[in-house]
Amino acid sequence: MSATHYQNHSADQRHMRSPEGSDMEKRFNDAKSYITSTTGKDGVNLYDHLVKCVSRLLTEQPRDSVTIFEDVSKLARSQQVKPQEQPAENTEHILAEEQKPLFEKSDNAEELDDEALQSPLPHILEQAYYFEQAGIGLGRDETYRIWLALKQLVDKGQYEKVRFWGKIVGTEKNYYIAEVEQNAEEEADDDDGNEETSENDDAKDADDEEGEGEEDPLPKSTYKAPPSVPKEERGTGVNKYTYHVCNHPGSPWVRLPIVTPAQVSQARQIKVFFTGDLNREIKSFPAYPGTEKNYLRAQIARISATTHVSPAGKFKFSDEEEETEEEGGKQNYQENEDFTGAPLSELVHEDLNGWVHHVLHVLPQGRTKWWNPNDNGDKEEEEAEEEEDMKAAAPGAQPEQGPPLLTPIGVDAEIQNTKAWTAKISSNLIPQYACAFVRSNLWPGAYAFARGMIWENIYVGFGHKYSTTDYRPELPPLPANEYTDLPENIEIDDPTPEDEAKARAAEEHGEEGEEEHEEEAENEEEDD
Amino acid sequence: MGIEAKDFSLDLDLLAYSGIVFSPEQRAALQTSLVILKEQYKFKTIHLWGKILGITEDYYIIQGRQKNELQDRQFLYSSDCINWNMLTPASDDAKELSPQCQGRFTGDPSHDFDVTKYTVSNEDTEEENVEEYKSQLREEERLAATLWKIEQDAIIIPRGSYVLQPNGNVERNRTFEGLTIIESGKLSNYFHFREPISLQQKSLIHRATLDKSLHFLDTIDEDVPKGWSVQYERGSGLVQIRSLKWPGMAFFHIPETNRYGSLYCGIGEENKDLPFML
Repeated sequence: MSATHYQNHSADQRHMRSPEGSDMEKRFNDAKSYITSTTGKDGVNLYDHLVKCVSRLLTEQPRDSVTIFEDVSKLARSQQVKPQEQPAENTEHILAEEQKPLFEKSDNAEELDDEALQSPLPHILEQAYYFEQAGIGLGRDETYRIWLALKQLVDKGQYEKVRFWGKIVGTEKNYYIAEVEQNAEEEADDDDGNEETSENDDAKDADDEEGEGEEDPLPKSTYKAPPSVPKEERGTGVNKYTYHVCNHPGSPWVRLPIVTPAQVSQARQIKVFFTGDLNREIKSFPAYPGTEKNYLRAQIARISATTHVSPAGKFKFSDEEEETEEEGGKQNYQENEDFTGAPLSELVHEDLNGWVHHVLHVLPQGRTKWWNPNDNGDKEEEEAEEEEDMKAAAPGAQPEQGPPLLTPIGVDAEIQNTKAWTAKISSNLIPQYACAFVRSNLWPGAYAFARGMIWENIYVGFGHKYSTTDYRPELPPLPANEYTDLPENIEIDDPTPEDEAKARAAEEHGEEGEEEHEEEAENEEEDD
Repeated sequence: MGIEAKDFSLDLDLLAYSGIVFSPEQRAALQTSLVILKEQYKFKTIHLWGKILGITEDYYIIQGRQKNELQDRQFLYSSDCINWNMLTPASDDAKELSPQCQGRFTGDPSHDFDVTKYTVSNEDTEEENVEEYKSQLREEERLAATLWKIEQDAIIIPRGSYVLQPNGNVERNRTFEGLTIIESGKLSNYFHFREPISLQQKSLIHRATLDKSLHFLDTIDEDVPKGWSVQYERGSGLVQIRSLKWPGMAFFHIPETNRYGSLYCGIGEENKDLPFML
């Protein structure tokens, strides 16, 4: 199209300007043949290129085309040069197919009876609305998808309570986390078995060695591993809730294993990004006991313990429960039926006394309830302990104690002169409809809002704690003392060839020499 | 990079995937402010840049740009999205001090931070001597220095979205049609939107092969350590790139369209532990 345009244009000129049309035509032809003959290295000639550019400008007719002519030209060129890439896998389509089942109405349970209405599924969209006021959230589309995914989870299992815990951003994929409270004693914990075995590995190894060295037993180490802190059972302490994660709404929910105290206390010493692959090995020092799912679970436990807060008065301790003389204080609380909603002024007050923790503090030991290592392991001598157990296992161990449940967040430890929480109101312009929210300064990304009877916590972030100092990897432990030489293993000279020959001769002669020879051979080894 | 005023509310929704959300009140207020400020300061384009979370107040940041979008940039900050203050560019002193500054932004621009700077003389010799300087840094200056540093490290654009005009100006490329899905997953197709640093150190031969009007910035795949996380959200329909060096910096691009943008929403502190965390 533009080619003809070009020709017409020159034809006009010919009419106007020169009587010698044939001369003009000749020149035109010369010019055109020149243009068509100039071919670049890649086999594109100028004529085709001009045609492309001009036709694009004429079809699209962009405004002030003169300024973008270079860009058009460049684009035309780059499109020609671009090597043919293999068509991308249409992951968008794959995902859409995967999410489609979320939108399918299940046909059995839709008779809006009381049972259906009493489902533990939370009203996430409403919560998301308040979180949006607070300046955190995941957008409406995504929230709705998460809601559907949660519904799927609820439909599958028998849960007492389900809530959306938050999103942890990974480097390759993200985790969406659902927190569920299971009915007492659900199915057997399949994952427990695995951990048990890994813990006992060391013991087995020692046994094996003993078995092998019948003739010449290896010296037995007098080192006794510090007794490992027993984990808390599912349904108690840090394992009060069970967590399910998925990489995107619609993909299957994966239940996380329960967390062991070692995993929590080790997680405090490392700082590693999540990748989104649950079974990835954590590369860190000190070595982490478990894979990414254990680390994730430990971080969830830490974040929940520090940042899950509710308006004061929402929960109260159960009356029946007498104050038992156990460390850790009261463990159970129940919803306060008289709670009518906390006043806004109290929630946004600087003292932060309007909010209380409703999740138990995790002790340095990695448990919420202190475990006394001297109770069962008291007869064993206390050897050099590993650092994390130092406090716990030292003679006359000091019981670790955290703040009791339902402590106001105002007394949380400060981070270097900085308050641990920031409380705010979502709107200063229309305060009568605003909600109050707090955000944790210790775990950036943890938010909680409250308005009237409604309140909720969420976490969106990388899953790392804020610290004013830079991370410093733990130094390797000090080298142990060298073995002191005792008289029984004094170095002796290597046997000379003559000695060896003698020994060999003796061996051939009879059995008597054998023992001697063996001893010698061993000495040799030791000298190496 | 920020997000431009005209696509404001559409783009904001796309960044929610990274947890960046503005309340309806803030959105409305920002929308109004952006229009007024653009007129008032005679900016060529105006962008919402992000927010810095402080202890008592947050800073909302707007960036205005003149003809040359690479160089003529100006920051405005506000704590309520309505009353804006011009931020003077950071002095060299402030740039030097702010990484040493400990503690979070408070939200009060006139707050003074105590900064202790250490200089080591005669390093690795017997007379090694560590000197201590105590100085003060005003929060406003720290803010300017931090924003400058974030711009240096973490503001990115897709390849071809900005062009170097023959007259030296850097402008948005109107003919940009987006990266393909495959291209958009590769870090080599994104540029740091700052004056090039490592490009100048490349060999002349290498530079001669580049397209001068499109490839005039540093690509981000050369960063050491690799502080970027690329993800496809919504399948391949949306690319999200998050900076690991400045957690809270999120960039989005919809492949095969000219929609892209980024926002920073974080505490304004660099992740210095990055090398240990990968």
